[in-house]
Amino acid sequence: MTAITQDAISDVSNEHGLRSDENRERWMVLGLCGPALFLIIIVMVVPVGWLFWLSFIGAEGSFSWENYERLWQSKSYARIFKITFEVAFVTTGICMLIGYPLTYMMSQLPRRAANIAMITVLLPFWTSLLVRTYAWLVLLQRKGLINGWLIDAGIIDTPLRLVHNFTGNIIGMSQIMLPFLVLPLYASMKAIDRDYLKAAANLGASPVAAFWRVFFPLSLPGLFAGMLLVFVISLGFFVTPVVLGGGRIIMVAMRVEKSISLYSNWGAASALAVVLLILTLACLVVAAKLLKLDKVQSGSGGSDG
Amino acid sequence: MSWLNAPASETQITHGKRLWLYIVSGLVMMFLVLPSLIVIPMSFSESKYLEFPPEVWSMYWYGAYFDSKAWMNATRTSLTVAVLTFLLATPMGTLAAYGLHVSRFRFSMYIYIVMSLPLMVPVIMIAIGVFFLYAKLGMINSISGLVLAHSMLAMPLVVIVVASGLKSYDMNQEMVARSLGASRARAFLTITLPQIRFSVITGGLLAFLTSLDEVIVALFVSGGENATITRRMFNALRDQIDPTIASISTLLITVSVILLVVAQMFGKERD
Repeated sequence: MTAITQDAISDVSNEHGLRSDENRERWMVLGLCGPALFLIIIVMVVPVGWLFWLSFIGAEGSFSWENYERLWQSKSYARIFKITFEVAFVTTGICMLIGYPLTYMMSQLPRRAANIAMITVLLPFWTSLLVRTYAWLVLLQRKGLINGWLIDAGIIDTPLRLVHNFTGNIIGMSQIMLPFLVLPLYASMKAIDRDYLKAAANLGASPVAAFWRVFFPLSLPGLFAGMLLVFVISLGFFVTPVVLGGGRIIMVAMRVEKSISLYSNWGAASALAVVLLILTLACLVVAAKLLKLDKVQSGSGGSDG
Repeated sequence: MSWLNAPASETQITHGKRLWLYIVSGLVMMFLVLPSLIVIPMSFSESKYLEFPPEVWSMYWYGAYFDSKAWMNATRTSLTVAVLTFLLATPMGTLAAYGLHVSRFRFSMYIYIVMSLPLMVPVIMIAIGVFFLYAKLGMINSISGLVLAHSMLAMPLVVIVVASGLKSYDMNQEMVARSLGASRARAFLTITLPQIRFSVITGGLLAFLTSLDEVIVALFVSGGENATITRRMFNALRDQIDPTIASISTLLITVSVILLVVAQMFGKERD
């Protein structure tokens, strides 16, 4: 009797010891995140929190809503938000229109050909943003290549204004953003079970009907996630609109920069940045929900097949 | 043209019927790739205005770049910062990804979110935040400040890439090594790390490129002797089109292509 109870006791304490050992080790391993976490918190989270605080400090140095009130009331801020949303919407729309067919085709190519096609998406993705913006400036300017070709071909007589305006900014931004739409959309299209299409064709659906009624709805979560990503990045864009917009396009990020470098107005700049941050995070939360939805769908599709 | 009438997909549509799709896709691919590539031949022109194709091929604008003390200074700064960022962010990000992967706490998700914050918060906000912090600490225009900021920006990329590498790695191998008497550190270094090295290298390359190409933070916190090449390029672009930038762009594209090829080669080996 006593022997058995002793065994039971040592079993329990053994188990207990093992569990606490395991827990201690898990905590130690988690400690490996320490340096990275520390860097991000000190260099990013703390300063951004500080900006939050500054956005609520008025001109007299006490708590006030005046920075936000000014955002709400001033006409110049309203114009900046309007143009920022216009740019983001149009860029997203163009990326969707030209990105969907490309991704659709890539998703149906055999593996090797798809890898080669993917390089055309990855190459611009890996190329410096500044270089790509510069390339568009060279192509689109008054005496640039495109105007030169159009005049040589006799299509136009006088050079078109293609850059330093809305058009030029949109052309450049669409090309720069396209990979952000293609990459998530490609992953989601690849996850669609092709047997659904076979089944649709088998049941007499025409290719067009099979695409619109089976494939397209299944690709929507990936498409929306990609579009939101493009939209969010466009909202905060800075380099391209400065160079290709030529001062005619003032987006939120540019105004933030100007408030700091020209007026050193931290309150105004912080409030503007906080609004941008909130818009961005809201979009990202929606995108994350959609992608999760996508995983659930494709997961069930996989188990069926 | 029998190929045109062959079925192209499960829906039994023929290649001929969706020729338009191939044409549109081809055009979009050209839209993606050609603008940057066209800068390359233009950089070999001699004229003050960029021309395509160049009438006279020459290395004139490369000479202008390599002879300019200011551009060389900026290049040295950028390369130093990018290499240091690579050296700092790669081990930190790898350790963090490993720690999150192995410890599996319920709240690990939140740590992961904090670590990906630099990807989510608009860069302009990060830039003015860093500017504010460095102004207080007297770290404006310092190499170390730039390296820390760039490492922070690159951290999520390293963590994400390494974490995805760890997902396809069988952690039991490390357990075997440890049950045979290896310490955790030794098991990681000799068993795990060699097998996830492709993800680690890809993450590191991304960190290097992030730093080399970064504009906005550098605009605020790099200057004087320690201005980066992107900062100088950006300011030059604001004023006028200096053909020297075409030659620098060509060099930067070359760097990107080389790194992409290296990453793709390592990726293939993994398959």
